[in-house]
Amino acid sequence: MSQPQGLLYSKEHEWLKVDDGVGTVGITDYAQNSLGDIVYVELPRVGQQLAQHASVGVVESVKAVSDLFTPISGEVVEVNPALEGDPALVNRDAFGGGWLYKVKVKDPSETSSLLGPDAYEALVAEGAH
Amino acid sequence: MSATQALRRTALYDEHVALGARLVPFGGFEMPVQYGGIIREHDAVRRRAGLFDLSHMAQFELRGSRVGEWADALTINAVSTMKPLQARYNIFCNPRGGSMDDVLFYRLPDRWLLVVNAANANKMWPYISSHAEPEVRLTNLHGQRALIAVQGPRAVEIVAPLSDLDVASMKYYFCAEGHIDGAAAIIARTGYTGEDGFELFLDGADAPRVWRKLLEAGAPHGLEPAGLGARDMLRLEAGMPLYGLELAEDISPPAGGQNWAVKMNKPQFVGKEALAEQLAADEYARIAGIEMEGRVPARGGYPVFLGSRRAGEVRSASVAPSLGNRNIGTVLVDKEAAAVGTKLDVEIRGARHSATVVALPFYRRPS
Repeated sequence: MSQPQGLLYSKEHEWLKVDDGVGTVGITDYAQNSLGDIVYVELPRVGQQLAQHASVGVVESVKAVSDLFTPISGEVVEVNPALEGDPALVNRDAFGGGWLYKVKVKDPSETSSLLGPDAYEALVAEGAH
Repeated sequence: MSATQALRRTALYDEHVALGARLVPFGGFEMPVQYGGIIREHDAVRRRAGLFDLSHMAQFELRGSRVGEWADALTINAVSTMKPLQARYNIFCNPRGGSMDDVLFYRLPDRWLLVVNAANANKMWPYISSHAEPEVRLTNLHGQRALIAVQGPRAVEIVAPLSDLDVASMKYYFCAEGHIDGAAAIIARTGYTGEDGFELFLDGADAPRVWRKLLEAGAPHGLEPAGLGARDMLRLEAGMPLYGLELAEDISPPAGGQNWAVKMNKPQFVGKEALAEQLAADEYARIAGIEMEGRVPARGGYPVFLGSRRAGEVRSASVAPSLGNRNIGTVLVDKEAAAVGTKLDVEIRGARHSATVVALPFYRRPS
């Protein structure tokens, strides 16, 4: 298995894609698979200021409640409206339609603490043992 | 159980690994919690059929002329009135009226089968052994005998061609001795899903072959392997108690919603006096079903409020695919909060969320 190129990854299994200063955040395919059927997602509010690595919401699967951390600091500018009615979209398309929220990136240098696809794949491979 | 204690494996462990199951410790065994996904497996059982390995549950064999009377003195329900080949739900109480375990008795022509929860096996075997008498001989077959369940509306079509018994005519909560794919088995029309289905008690050595045969024969009917995650969701929808949550050493059968099984007309049984007092006072905290109003799921342990007053806590909770994905659960609350129609609040991460007490079961299969 390999991880999608063009994305950055956190050790908490979030992904980040930055376009023109706006970062889109989601959880990885590995994370959704580990959680199992996702039944509820609690997202930050539009306008909320997030600090990198802070807990900003929860993802609930049938069996567990998991904290959602943000891989980057900034102001929330949009949340995925599709997830309220269809949280399982995160299971079906974690890297696409199952994105969680978008932030106006406050400090682009923060991305240096995130992992590239190969480093994240190594982390996942280690955790799978 | 300590983390260092070695986990046991059922006779079907290799089958679970081959099917890509996610294995978790449960009742001292390494058990499949899911294969293809909990909701998918739940749906297979409700619409078609699911195949479960329940070999972690403990099977005790009871022989002798006085088993019925002996068991009547230790349990709340009637045992000696069971007809041959009948199965009956029952609960062992402690002297305070709390529940030691909820179990099934199966009466066979020459012996009885007692099935207890895996997590309680190490408590129940010494307990019943300490009450043994010359006319009641007990054998512990835990881990030796396997239990495979086929549950769902297609169960008859799947099991009938593989059995020498007329399973289609078998009544609910009855059983018989025969064969499944040539292997000797007790075949019972029982289950823990709210669907029609069978439980097959057989030797562990025969279990892998029978498991594979059922998967193969069931595939055209849409049968899928189903794990403990789906089983928990199915039993909660069907309003069935899970020991440790709706029944426990400090949750009596009436408190756990199982008052129907208490036979106060029996002359004597362990816990009878305590239950009589509890029922007369009628002030005990009790299990009730709730439906959450919003999309936020409740979880076991969350506090429950009636107005501003703390009334109890959530015990089980799940999204209910059979009820349009509404969030359901059970709560253990005081009497006033347990009446059907009562508006309660569940505290979730510091915020109150509305719920309504509803009658159990949440789901009843279409007849």
